[in-house]
Amino acid sequence: MPRGEGFDLDMMQLVISGLANGSVYGLIALGFVLIYKATEAVNFAQGDFMMLGAFITIWLANPQFLGIDFWIAVPLAISIMAVLGYLLDLFVIRKMFGQPQIAVVILTIALGFIIRFVVGAIWKHEPQLLETPFAGRELRIGELVLGFEEVAVIVVTLLLTLFLFLFFRKAKLGKAMQAASQNQLAAYYVGIPVKRIQSLVWALAGAVAAVAGVLFASKGAVDPSTGLLGIKAFAAAVIGGFGSLPGALIGGLIIGLIEPFAAYALPAGYSQIAPYAVMLLVLIFRPAGIFSQMQKKKV
Amino acid sequence: MSFLTLENVTLRFGGLVAVNNVSFHVGKGEVFALVGPNGAGKSTLFNLISRFYDPAEGDIRFEDKSILKLRPDQVPSLGIARTFQNIELFEQSTVLQNLLVGRHRHAKVGGFAQTFFTPAVRKEEMEHRRIVEEIIDFLDLQPYRDKYIAGLPYGIRKVVEMARALATEPKLLLLDEPASGLSLEETQDMIFWIEDIKKHMGITVIMVEHDMNLVSAVSDRVLALADGKELAIGTPKEVQSHPEVIKAYLGSSGLDDKKEGAKK
Amino acid sequence: MRFVFKRSYNDDIKLFKHRTQMFWYLALLIFVVALPWLIDDFLIGEATNVLIWAIAGMGLMVLAGHTGQASLGHAAFMAIGCYANVIMLQRGVPFIIAFPLSGVIAGIAGTIIALPVLRLHGIYLAIATLAISILTDDIIVITAPWTGGVGGLAAPPFDIFGVDINRYGTPILFYFLTLVVTLLVLWAYRNILRSPLGRSFVAVRDSEISAQALGVNITKTKAISFGISCAIVGLAGALLGLFAGAFNNETFNLVLSIQLLLMIVIGGLGSIHGAFFGALVIGFLPQAIAITRDGISETFGLGTIIIPGIESGVFALILIGFILFEPRGIYGRWIKIRTYFELFPFYRKGMFKRQKTYLKTERMK
Repeated sequence: MPRGEGFDLDMMQLVISGLANGSVYGLIALGFVLIYKATEAVNFAQGDFMMLGAFITIWLANPQFLGIDFWIAVPLAISIMAVLGYLLDLFVIRKMFGQPQIAVVILTIALGFIIRFVVGAIWKHEPQLLETPFAGRELRIGELVLGFEEVAVIVVTLLLTLFLFLFFRKAKLGKAMQAASQNQLAAYYVGIPVKRIQSLVWALAGAVAAVAGVLFASKGAVDPSTGLLGIKAFAAAVIGGFGSLPGALIGGLIIGLIEPFAAYALPAGYSQIAPYAVMLLVLIFRPAGIFSQMQKKKV
Repeated sequence: MSFLTLENVTLRFGGLVAVNNVSFHVGKGEVFALVGPNGAGKSTLFNLISRFYDPAEGDIRFEDKSILKLRPDQVPSLGIARTFQNIELFEQSTVLQNLLVGRHRHAKVGGFAQTFFTPAVRKEEMEHRRIVEEIIDFLDLQPYRDKYIAGLPYGIRKVVEMARALATEPKLLLLDEPASGLSLEETQDMIFWIEDIKKHMGITVIMVEHDMNLVSAVSDRVLALADGKELAIGTPKEVQSHPEVIKAYLGSSGLDDKKEGAKK
Repeated sequence: MRFVFKRSYNDDIKLFKHRTQMFWYLALLIFVVALPWLIDDFLIGEATNVLIWAIAGMGLMVLAGHTGQASLGHAAFMAIGCYANVIMLQRGVPFIIAFPLSGVIAGIAGTIIALPVLRLHGIYLAIATLAISILTDDIIVITAPWTGGVGGLAAPPFDIFGVDINRYGTPILFYFLTLVVTLLVLWAYRNILRSPLGRSFVAVRDSEISAQALGVNITKTKAISFGISCAIVGLAGALLGLFAGAFNNETFNLVLSIQLLLMIVIGGLGSIHGAFFGALVIGFLPQAIAITRDGISETFGLGTIIIPGIESGVFALILIGFILFEPRGIYGRWIKIRTYFELFPFYRKGMFKRQKTYLKTERMK
């Protein structure tokens, strides 16, 4: 990294690319949080959902496959992922009702294996890039040159988080989802269709994963093992506190920023440890994340 | 020497004062009952004595020593055992295994010896088993000894939980609603057992109970609570006829309705 | 159905409940001892592999099955056992000392790591151990002067009292070494389960609150369980290193950790049998898939199709099947089948029906 004149600009670019990566982590973490809030289980396959969403979009939009117009392919991919999420809950997750949360965790880990296997079998293991209409375009602000994709990723992520935040605060369905997550039995008694709500949450998580996948694949290649990125998103969710939507995004951005700066400041070998080390520290010292307070279970 | 003393104990959850400046003492060999409407702070007092909660103010002393410095898992070693309102048994274990966990505070052999199951471990296991069998005999649990908790009816679980508390050989036994959900017959059994625990085992009993028949049958003294505050203390008769107590109960739903019959 | 007449309290402490049970386990023991004379050296290698998995499975079972703490990071402790063992062997420590010591080192490392991590519940614990698993890879690279980093280490030849044991040269001796370790671990595990320690593990698993109310120190119990679990897994790691011959930072990766957990879930959480059933599945699955694949391509004349990752895919599919339809794993299914025949024709369908519970929340709202 050259120091001197271009230093501040380099820094700025480092920040932007960190934020762009962090946005993807944040979006995956958002998926964790959605499902955690609704079912108190964690979808360990959320990263693989993202990867699947990316591949479905690539399959729809890229010329070597179906070659549908980008602006049609993206909403289509998002809908497909939402339907998949819904069906997954309907046929698999719902059967886990009343089982310990760790069983759901193990189930979703297995699901991740299966998604990776299926995607690899269909679309092979070579890295693929999503061809977007704005590929290669640049954004110039003074001397600062930014990749259009990176800026788009950050903007879309912020908008999506804001939308979800408002959805849970204002919309009737969002409120019902919150109620169902806080007390299943009570929600059931006041007439909220708890099971269907739960399926809708999975659908929403699928859609969010698809958006993350589109964003990720537009700024870098994906292959079936890309889903393991989900583990970094855990770090994001943990830092943000597992129950908070804005927390997940902020956590993602923090991880996204830690990465390039750790690579900048630490010797090779140590830098990739940084996100996980931060996560472990947060887990040990602030187990409920840095934005919330943990309370003891009532006897 | 006083046995158990609570002195000006106050506990707050956020803005809610769950226990408000409560003081009482329980003498050795007494059966002491806590009564009051739901939310009066009765179970909370148990959780304070078990050290699951830290009081904001006040002191709790057992045999003249403050217990506030102890962790919850150190309380049983003083000789304090308890049951829970919502039954907290080890569901995936048999009755026998549950009771043997009650012997935990008396386990002396080290982990290394246990790994090799030395003769000393075997000897100690037999001794634990002998004591557990006495309790099984006392509470008529023989038919259920090798049954898993998950398959047992509610009434039996209540008894098993009490048996497990007795297996610790306590000096003080805290029973949280021992008769709730029990049939009339089972409640009769419970009355005999509590009397025996007091008379023959010499164990002091504090219980939270809504069933006033049971309370007046076995208690020496009763403390009535409402909204975390002490209303009255005295013999069952005195407390039942205390104007404040009647008012508190009528304010909610009347004394007799508080009997939670065959709930569940 | 059998009714066991018990005459003394010792009858409930004995390792075998009755004569017939003892007979079957003895028969099994004779079978595994005679195995090298029944099958060829390649299959003995496979059997050794299964036993190593079984030891690792028992290690994780102590923690996940009996103490209720799921760890996604146990490959890290296999790595510690493996590296400790080989590093000591390389420096001339005799195997008979190096091997047990590698288990002890893994156990101590586990206990130290456990103390901060085990305060976490459920998924938080899973995530923290996941992080440990990921960090292992990087730490092995960072400590390259000891561990050989990316280049890895090769297991040196070793002997027990002058008898050379080598995976390729003397596969039968290596098999017996593994078998002896398996039996010792099994015996110690059974002993712990019938002692106060084992009961406190189960108590912590089923109700932390009442375990505390009975005087069980939760943190200490979990840490001991984690330590024992890591020590056993460390021994398995040491054997795996010797078995594989060479290993590097990628040998003990996240996938291994996850496979270990999935394996004991398939086998049946909460029973020692489960570790063995799971090990059999994971040990023979690749063969089973290869045979099925060859069978399919022969029948349909498709030639050899190789789909990368099919093993973990099929494994995951089997796992999901079990979680949905038989959460008690293979062992749970086995108990049901056995009960069916014992009670025939009086078996009722609902006998093993589990109680469904509503979400038990750990959050307070």
